Amino acid sequence: MKVKQISVFIENKSGRLAGVTRTLGDHGINIRALSIADTTDFGILRLIVSEPEKAMTILKAEDFTVSETNVIAVQIPDNPGGLAGILQMLENAQINIEYMYAFVGKSGANAVVVFRVEDIERAIVFLQQNGIALLSDVEIYSF
Amino acid sequence: MWNREIETLPRAELERIQSERLRKTVERVYHNVPFYRQKLDQAGIKPEDIKSVKDVQKLPYTTKQDLRDNYPFGLFAAPQDEVVRIHASSGTTGKMTVVGYTKNDIATWAEVMARTMGSGGVTRKDIIQIAYGYGLFTGGLGAHYGAERIGASVIPISGGNTKRQLQIMKDFGTTAVACTPSYILYMAEGAEEEGINIKDLPLRVGFFGAEPWSDNMRKEIEAKLNIKAIDIYGLSEIMGPGVSSECWEQNGLHVWEDHFIVEVIDPATGEVLPYGEKGELVFTCITKEALPLLRYRTRDISILYNDLCPCGRTHMRMNRVMGRTDDMLIIRGVNVFPSQIESVLLDIGETEPHYQLIVDRDGNLDDLEIWVEVSERLFSDQVKKLEEVEGKIRREIQSTLGISARIKLVEPKTIARSEGKAKRVIDRRDVYTN
Repeated sequence: MKVKQISVFIENKSGRLAGVTRTLGDHGINIRALSIADTTDFGILRLIVSEPEKAMTILKAEDFTVSETNVIAVQIPDNPGGLAGILQMLENAQINIEYMYAFVGKSGANAVVVFRVEDIERAIVFLQQNGIALLSDVEIYSF
Repeated sequence: MWNREIETLPRAELERIQSERLRKTVERVYHNVPFYRQKLDQAGIKPEDIKSVKDVQKLPYTTKQDLRDNYPFGLFAAPQDEVVRIHASSGTTGKMTVVGYTKNDIATWAEVMARTMGSGGVTRKDIIQIAYGYGLFTGGLGAHYGAERIGASVIPISGGNTKRQLQIMKDFGTTAVACTPSYILYMAEGAEEEGINIKDLPLRVGFFGAEPWSDNMRKEIEAKLNIKAIDIYGLSEIMGPGVSSECWEQNGLHVWEDHFIVEVIDPATGEVLPYGEKGELVFTCITKEALPLLRYRTRDISILYNDLCPCGRTHMRMNRVMGRTDDMLIIRGVNVFPSQIESVLLDIGETEPHYQLIVDRDGNLDDLEIWVEVSERLFSDQVKKLEEVEGKIRREIQSTLGISARIKLVEPKTIARSEGKAKRVIDRRDVYTN
């Protein structure tokens, strides 16, 4: 139930983000979700893409520094309080979230939230035991 | 003049003294320092072959590497119980350069520094503020002993704390100052902010060294502070500050030749160059007891002038330092080699670090920024991890070099490479141009 996220190091200067997305687009790779964490000097672009392995290879060839991280993608009811409920459960279970980002899929009924947690194995077991739907990589790449 | 007799000694007499002292020094190192005995034996030179100052050219060179190979006290020519002081500077690859002084060496140092300050007209009536760093660095204590020898009132304030420097300068009526040229400009700027009219203070002369500076910078200092700015030169391996100093004429730095024999050589061939030609400065200590180095290669580029100086001093003059034969940088008075940055990066686990040092002058203070290309080893999807990497590099550099630097993580291939080799240093200060 793990989903592969790729992270790309980008300097805070114009054109870098465009460079990454153009490179992926040119090779027919679709970006499903993304988030950026930034400081004054640099940013980390995190992406869920249709073909993560291929994306890694392509970006490396273009001299980007990239890394692969396992994350989990959780389906959350797309209504007020939907996210809060999940976060409360994770907090109660003392599962630390490093960062998270959300995106709304095409189907509309549910939203998807990507979590990067400290202990991914424990988080998966815990969420599944509590009846929370996790998306597989195949599902999320076509969600 | 602090020591008119010696400073104006006729050349023939000066050379006679040099010859005698050189002979004694070679004998001393031959018998007390295994490294020199071996070197001289290898070169087929016996101490008795050294008869006059001209014979210095027969002697082998000493390099910084030799000091490093014999770390820490291997080149000392005096037993440890005669050594009364030890100074050290950070080395090129982690190992420090260690120097020692006997009681007589300290007295010699005070004498040459007294001459240096005497060249700027300092007497016992002066109040002198020593704003060079005190500690392992030779600047602070070297200047201190010279000023004390003259009998001036010494304020051993050391570097930093500009506000207090200015307050003391104003309240105590400081008449002379010793610090790096960039620091005095920084103080002048600080005075403006504090509403102190530094031009109107009793300060009249400054002794500036420990870093390269240009003639334009001198003009700026003299105009902004309304003082005479004297260039002084030295290096810890030879003595510390006080190896040479400008006089009131400001037309080159008189090398105190009764203590140091100076030569200029072609850095590539090692051939001695005639007066007026540009090359690498080489010094031989002829009165030192603890660490009398023979023909020490400084890596500083200069020119020697043997024409008579209008001041009346007969000691030869060297041009202000015009550059380096290696990639050493002097940042805020601290010697920095790019290789030191490289070893810090290797220590944190980088196997093939790509980095660049960008040195600039922010106002009047040197500013060091280090760009490090982010490899996959360093990279993380988490901001805090990357910030930890930056912090670690910064702390390591602070602790090994003693200077603060800004670390900037950059994308791969950001640092320009020519023929596969990255340019390690961009120095925007123009320190060697006149």
